[in-house]
Amino acid sequence: MARITAGVGTSHVPAIGAALDAGKAGDPYWQPVFKGYDFSKRWIAAQKPDVVFLVYNDHATAFSLEMIPTFAIGCAESFQPADEGWGRRPVPVVNGAPDLAWHIMQSVIQDGFDLTIVNRMDVDHGLTVPLSLMFGQPQSWPCRVIPFAVNVVQYPPPSGRRCYELGRAIRKAVSLFDEDLNVQVWGTGGMSHQLQGPRAGLINREFDTAFLDDLTRDPERLANIPHIDYVRETGSEGIEMVMWLAMRGALEEKVREVHRFYHVPASNTAVGHIILENPQ
Amino acid sequence: MALDKPYMDVPGTTIFDADMARKGYHLNQFCMSLMKAENRQAFKADEAKYMAAWPMTDEQRQAVRDRDFNRMIALGGNVYFLAKIFATDGHTFQWAAARMTGMTEEAYRNMMLGGGRSPEGNRYIGEQGNG
Repeated sequence: MARITAGVGTSHVPAIGAALDAGKAGDPYWQPVFKGYDFSKRWIAAQKPDVVFLVYNDHATAFSLEMIPTFAIGCAESFQPADEGWGRRPVPVVNGAPDLAWHIMQSVIQDGFDLTIVNRMDVDHGLTVPLSLMFGQPQSWPCRVIPFAVNVVQYPPPSGRRCYELGRAIRKAVSLFDEDLNVQVWGTGGMSHQLQGPRAGLINREFDTAFLDDLTRDPERLANIPHIDYVRETGSEGIEMVMWLAMRGALEEKVREVHRFYHVPASNTAVGHIILENPQ
Repeated sequence: MALDKPYMDVPGTTIFDADMARKGYHLNQFCMSLMKAENRQAFKADEAKYMAAWPMTDEQRQAVRDRDFNRMIALGGNVYFLAKIFATDGHTFQWAAARMTGMTEEAYRNMMLGGGRSPEGNRYIGEQGNG
């Protein structure tokens, strides 16, 4: 039986990937960011997940305005790192887990979540930066990855509640998969940040801290936060935090926080990171 | 009856909703074309010629020429699409964000190092915050 053992939440700031790729991880500006993931690298080396179900958003990379799926599951054998305008990130190809992805698709759609099935897609920093933060710079990624893209570019994104409930449907789907697999679910993006207009640079440490606290204490409260609260309190791009709720919904009711990190800034953004373990 | 758009009173912020997406469709799709290296080269070689192939408005073309990102956003641009323009120019998100706030890059960077822009006074239009 496949089982979800843990969830990871992390920001996916593109500048973090650029800094790592350019060999600047030790610079005074970046060193505190990467230090927050030292524990995580040791932790994941011990955990050895077989598959990471990685909830992220595409940033006008694979999906332009031609097609905008609200929820898209990557079912391909592999996914190339995208050229987002700066050239491709020098990171390994992302190997998929098509058997599990197709299984989850079939289960989750029958539970009422009408996913878009994607068999060809390049993956942008939203997906590759979290892999870099958790695994560093290996020759190949040490696990398979199911990319799960959530629209947060075109308003309205799915609600936090919808993402949370989707997580629950993913939990059920994984539990019904026969192969013995150690699966992690990651929620990425956030935390508070605004990249546009005269209000760019908004950071709300208080909101972010309460959000991190309530991932263990009161996820129901988080699931009820409406879009407008994210926009007003955390900046227009803070709405990415709904993706963390898909991760949280995929875990058990009671989880254990084993690591937390919060740092301002990385470029325009508050970097948040948390590791939650399911009961053994 | 109209749709509820509670985000219209957030200062210094444009939500990329249905109205903006329709307005900015061609501008944003032009930006997408810059994902390809050969298109970036063609754009750099002759911006006016390259943009002529896209059915944008003259106002949108001028805003691109001026690298006036706030104007592009007002004309339907979305920052993740506009990123392809400043990436082509060799700039980062922080450079672009600073430009949109009207601050120097250094002042903006220092604001971020100091913890970022506070939400205090920046939640509603008319609060007279710094956003």
